[in-house]
Amino acid sequence: MLDKELRSMIGDVKGGRMDRRAFIQRLAAVGLTAPLANQILALGGVAMAEGVQTYKPTKRGGGGALKLLWWQGPTLLNPHFATGTKDQDGSRLFYEPLACWDPDGNMKLVLAAEIPSVQNGLLAADGTSVTWKLKPGVKWHDGNPFSADDVVFTWEYVKDPATATVTIATYRDLKVEKIDDLTVKITFAQPTPFWADAFVGAGAGQILPKHLFAEYIGSKSREAPANLAPVGTGPYKFVEFKPGDLIRGVINPDYHMANRPYFDTIEMKGGGDAVSAARAVIQTGEYDFGWNIQVEDDVLLRLEKGGKGKTIYAVGGDTEFIALNFTDPNVEVDGERSSMKTKHPLFSDPAVRKALSMLVDRESIKKAIYGRAGRTTANFLNGPEKFVSKNTTWEFSIEKASKLLDDAGWKAGADGIREKDGKRLKLLYQTSINGPRQKTQAIVKQACQKAGIDVELKSVVASVFFSSDVANPDTYPKFYADLEMFQIPLSQPDPSQHMRRYLSTSVATKENKWQGTNFPRWVNKDYDAAINAADKEMDPIKRAALYIKCNDLLWEETVFIPAMHRLKVEAAANTLRPVISGWANETDNIFDWYREE
Amino acid sequence: MSQYILRRLMIAIPSLLGISVVLFVVLALAPGDPFSELATNPNVPPEVQAALRAKFGLDDPIYLRYLHWLNAMLHGDWGFSFVSRMNVDTLILQRLPATLYVIGSAQILALLIAIPVGVYAATKPYSLFDQVANTLAFIGFSLPTFFTGLLFILIFSVTLDWLPFVYTTDIKGTGIRWVLEMIRQAIMPVAVLGLFQAASMTRFVRSAMLDVIRLDYVTTARAKGLGQATVIVKHVMRNAMIPVVTLIALQMPAVFGGAIVTEQIFRIPGIGSLLISSILSNDTPVVMAVTFVFACLVVLFNLIADVLYGWLDPRISLR
Repeated sequence: MLDKELRSMIGDVKGGRMDRRAFIQRLAAVGLTAPLANQILALGGVAMAEGVQTYKPTKRGGGGALKLLWWQGPTLLNPHFATGTKDQDGSRLFYEPLACWDPDGNMKLVLAAEIPSVQNGLLAADGTSVTWKLKPGVKWHDGNPFSADDVVFTWEYVKDPATATVTIATYRDLKVEKIDDLTVKITFAQPTPFWADAFVGAGAGQILPKHLFAEYIGSKSREAPANLAPVGTGPYKFVEFKPGDLIRGVINPDYHMANRPYFDTIEMKGGGDAVSAARAVIQTGEYDFGWNIQVEDDVLLRLEKGGKGKTIYAVGGDTEFIALNFTDPNVEVDGERSSMKTKHPLFSDPAVRKALSMLVDRESIKKAIYGRAGRTTANFLNGPEKFVSKNTTWEFSIEKASKLLDDAGWKAGADGIREKDGKRLKLLYQTSINGPRQKTQAIVKQACQKAGIDVELKSVVASVFFSSDVANPDTYPKFYADLEMFQIPLSQPDPSQHMRRYLSTSVATKENKWQGTNFPRWVNKDYDAAINAADKEMDPIKRAALYIKCNDLLWEETVFIPAMHRLKVEAAANTLRPVISGWANETDNIFDWYREE
Repeated sequence: MSQYILRRLMIAIPSLLGISVVLFVVLALAPGDPFSELATNPNVPPEVQAALRAKFGLDDPIYLRYLHWLNAMLHGDWGFSFVSRMNVDTLILQRLPATLYVIGSAQILALLIAIPVGVYAATKPYSLFDQVANTLAFIGFSLPTFFTGLLFILIFSVTLDWLPFVYTTDIKGTGIRWVLEMIRQAIMPVAVLGLFQAASMTRFVRSAMLDVIRLDYVTTARAKGLGQATVIVKHVMRNAMIPVVTLIALQMPAVFGGAIVTEQIFRIPGIGSLLISSILSNDTPVVMAVTFVFACLVVLFNLIADVLYGWLDPRISLR
């Protein structure tokens, strides 16, 4: 039904009977707005709209200095070597992609002249190729012209395994050809519904100048002088870089966008911690913008009282979740625990999993920990809107959980801990060391205790928990615990990579050195079939339905208990007008930042 | 003398080798790897991470990695940082000026306070001045720098708004304005570190002075009719300074090593903050280089302290 309605609405937009804004509003009503709503239109034959312009200044420059505070300073300025978003953020001041994402998930043109669509013939209707037209007259900071050669070169550079880039996965399975000086064509190995990954956004999309990197492709990549002194096309020209400490730039007077940028100089300072960064922006006003202010809400509220700045929030799709282990972490089989040859002794009873999900008090977690930076949710997949399921619910009820366990035969023993057939409800719950996470653990443990489940808490240093160290038993892929909690950022406005992780073919095992992405070790044929179908599905509505189905499967089976839908938190001076998208790096829209006088 | 120095230097070689083995093994056995942040990024498949590990030689056995490192080090190649893919020596040299300036000034401040106060307090033991100095010294070294640092920030930056609490390496302006800004932003970190050092040093100077001041030769000097100033400066201080010099010499490596906590609080881009961020990101080549340089400095300044003894007290012969 939804399907039919949507189709007729797309027809209305095409025929001019309904305007784009009304269309998006209608979609919002049925839970289908944001980034991919626009891609629905693109694939339905209506061109993707460019994001709304919010930029007010009428001349270039004159804005003085822009002082940014990144409490983890960038350590290198080649975006394709980035070990974290901080490095992408720093590089993005100088380098640019073809397009980026605005706060609503709309595409914004940067180096491209036109948004590809089926209508303008740039997007193949079967999703096997996309053609990008480049803006004419763009110059690198050193005066050389920017052309299709640079785009093709970036692809060649990144996909060479010897270059050792971290963005290789985006580029290795596609082909990039130069059609003419200002046109490139990307051909995908198979129909690709989400075609806006390569060359888009700060994460993987930043384009390098061929004339400076051509000699340093492959194993010599580390020696390129431009790794530390970027020459880009961006709004600011590079001046100085001290890894981990400071990046400085000055205005690019030949920038290709009218009246931009607003600021004359830019400075990105690194080091310190999030709380003092919040203080330097909100309370003393020493800096204009503070990145990733993961600080307790009451601290922020206190700082904001009569301060010089405020916090700002951006909605993306990051979900803090508790994963359940479907294998037995306490039994060793062929030198590995949590082996696929075992079954979890307690979680193999669905009632235990269901009861557990009723014992996570999301409202309290929001109130006590995340405050304005969180939203409660029943879903594992929380964005883009189009993919968010409306079929799920959550509730917190110790009584109902207890009843569920009683009915399933888990009776309280002498010490109050429930047991059945000699198996006691004792769980090990691990996460990385991080203030909010330890508090969440405590809230969950308390509720579980009341319901007769004994929970042991464990916290692992983040650098260990998230490492790929094969020798360490405490990493999250090994999952030598019953429950574990963290989040996996959704770094692009599309769920495909995110949801593919839990295919039954990707289980983390000793055999693949725990590189498999399916750490809950949950195996479900329906899920596999839906994901594989979605990967090839070009009809955006059917595709969204498939991902919603996957999310609902994860919910029904209680593979993950979502603890919080987290928002991005930043601090900004009251006068600064930053443009922050939950779907992109903080600096992805830096060319549109200005100060209200 | 020169023979003594040469012999000491020869002895230093095996001990430095030993130190480097211990450091390397501990770092290699430490959990985590520099690409851990990539692990949670679904855009980076695990095999990419594995390829990076292999490329940077992280999968080789420890002894092979150590030999590689040692060989490179002997050729003057300090290796490169995994995190910034930059040469380690450049990285360290970049951080050195800020550390030398801030920590060096703090040491000088500490000496300027500790020696006069300690000496004066020792000449008049249990007087009012001595009591006050003692009390302050106790308070001073009981308060950790992370506490006084935050206290200073709250008072001077947040409440009074006099001083900035984010240290910047690129101050705009030239000439006198630059110098003034440089001093202004260093006041808080230097005061925090300097006062902490001064507190313990004052106690040390005072007790060293008291040990000497009671000796017979001091009484003799006084009996000769020498003035108080001459007795204290020429006779007492010279002897009392021997342990103080040791203390200062052994603290010199810390000047190069930076002050990890203080640098982190005030965002001073020094060696200390480089070390802590490298440890947090498992950037082994940088951690290895910084700690090894630190070890070399400790060995070197021990030697310097020993040589200084001979000069301060000719009775100590160096053989």
